Amino acid sequence: MSDHSRLEAVIAPGYTLTSVTDKIGDIVTKDPIRKGWVGGLFLGFIGLQLFLMTVLMLFEFGVGIWGINIPVGWGFDIINFVWWIGIGHAGTLISAILLLFRQDWRTSINRFAEAMTLFAVACAATFPLLHMGRPEVGFYWVAPIPNVMGMWPQFRSPLMWDVFAISTYGTVSLLFWIVGLIPDFATLRDHADKAWKRNIFGVFAMGWRGSAIHWGRYETIYLILAGLATPLVLSVHTIVSFDFAVAQVPGWHTTVFPPYFVAGAIYSGFAMVLTLMIPLRKFYKLEDFITMRHLNTMAKVMLTTGLIVAYGYLIEGFMGWYSGSVYERYMLLNRFIGPYAPYYYALLACNVLIPQCLWFRSCRRNIPLLFVMSLVINTGMWLERFIIIVTSLHRDFLPSSWGMYYPTIFDWSMFIGTMGLFFSLLFIFVRILPVISIFEMRVLLSEEAHKKSGGSHA
Amino acid sequence: MHKETAEPSVFGILAEFSSEKELLEAAAKVRDEGYKSTDAYSAYPIHGLLEALGKKDSLIPWFILACGLIGFASAWGLQVFVAVIDYPLNIGGRPLFSWPAFLPIVFELTVLFAAFGAVFGMIGFNGLPLPYHPLFNVEAFKSASRDGFFIGIESTDPKFDRAKTAQFLKGLKAKGVYEVEP
Repeated sequence: MSDHSRLEAVIAPGYTLTSVTDKIGDIVTKDPIRKGWVGGLFLGFIGLQLFLMTVLMLFEFGVGIWGINIPVGWGFDIINFVWWIGIGHAGTLISAILLLFRQDWRTSINRFAEAMTLFAVACAATFPLLHMGRPEVGFYWVAPIPNVMGMWPQFRSPLMWDVFAISTYGTVSLLFWIVGLIPDFATLRDHADKAWKRNIFGVFAMGWRGSAIHWGRYETIYLILAGLATPLVLSVHTIVSFDFAVAQVPGWHTTVFPPYFVAGAIYSGFAMVLTLMIPLRKFYKLEDFITMRHLNTMAKVMLTTGLIVAYGYLIEGFMGWYSGSVYERYMLLNRFIGPYAPYYYALLACNVLIPQCLWFRSCRRNIPLLFVMSLVINTGMWLERFIIIVTSLHRDFLPSSWGMYYPTIFDWSMFIGTMGLFFSLLFIFVRILPVISIFEMRVLLSEEAHKKSGGSHA
Repeated sequence: MHKETAEPSVFGILAEFSSEKELLEAAAKVRDEGYKSTDAYSAYPIHGLLEALGKKDSLIPWFILACGLIGFASAWGLQVFVAVIDYPLNIGGRPLFSWPAFLPIVFELTVLFAAFGAVFGMIGFNGLPLPYHPLFNVEAFKSASRDGFFIGIESTDPKFDRAKTAQFLKGLKAKGVYEVEP
């Protein structure tokens, strides 16, 4: 095999149906519990406790423990919400849109990316509930539950659309993920080493036996689910952007927001997939399945979406000036020379300037650099939401009601806490479920074999 | 059940094949022989296997469409009931039936209901969850979730004959032929 085709391969040569099953399945059933894993879960668990303690403080003392004020009524809560939900876009994009486009490189990363999506959506979903401070009351504002107050939520509000978009997205992603897992549960049921494991996996496999008739329906609905999830992925961050774009606040009221938010979501989602995938493939020796081809392609997707995001910044600036509105123009000026200007420049560096090195193949194939790049982009995307929310709010229409926003320790503990939640779930996931879809790897092997027998290797 | 025969009854006969290609060829021959109560088993979906077996079921997309339409109707119903009928709010004289503002939720609920229909439809149409199935009595069937390829002919088939069917499957170059206890 030539050097080039090795780099381009979606799976290393020499694998059979049996060995691919064992290699992935063994991580769940045979691999001993390792120190690195325990340490990672422990750190995640500490973060989770920090999260729970902050939530307790929040319910006891209210949102005053945060740094929010008037005029900056949206702080870290909404920044983190948008950041997490953005990260949660990669999974379903990979599993649904790339399925429809028949991209064979999605196969070995979709399970993990979908799991990451679910956990990121779980982190994101905590914020709309918690930012109300009193979710037991606020729940009636966002969910159409008949109540003795005789009130109903306002369906014309983008915040309501958001609740429906996020909950639909979370549910459909979960369904998609579980459907993908059923045949793998059957594999683990039949091959796990201990009876109790076989029993547990057996319950989740629901009696799946690989019948051709079942596979027929399975493939039909998998494709239809992908078709349903494709517009859904695009709709979610579009609707999140409506939370801003429908408002009159300078810097928010723009039509470029939906596409620019969606591109930003995919950008940060792929960055997070790389952040997690690079250590994972090394730790569990999955380099044969998550190859250079995958990393290279994901880097290209990041470059493309990063350019769309850069275009968004450009149009945002142009429209601010071209609108002729004094408030819009001041918002722009305030971004460049206001008190939060350093963050704006940091954002431009992280999201626009530094990722330009992904144009070069040598950068895309340099794994440590790619890892650092993914962290830089994740930081940049967080800063983007900070800039959009805080610089627009802190100096809006009336100079007499301008103010500054300073996060408190509880803002930070909440943010770090959701990371703890995220990593706890992720570490548990990699041990109890196959991180790569085993049956889809078999399909990939079968397709590769067909390609070979049809091609020059016959 | 079968009191007329002295032999214990069987669920059917299962034949194991060693590759995808052999499975497809055998499936076509089983169909041509006239067997109806048949099924094939593999660890991954195989393109063209259902056609080879002569089975095709296209009911499920209609079921998903129906679920999607229910979601569509529910979203309209919910929003119109709340915003127009039960809790009308006059905001600057704007119309109560402000339908464009209802579209995002209509879209979301259509997708949500259709997705539920797809997943539960697949599980339901496939007769899952199924706690017991006779095929799992065959030790070799374990590999159906790993690297095995199987064809089963069930005893409910009018053409089924314990000895003849087993003989026929052996003639298809099967790696192994097993009787499945009920």
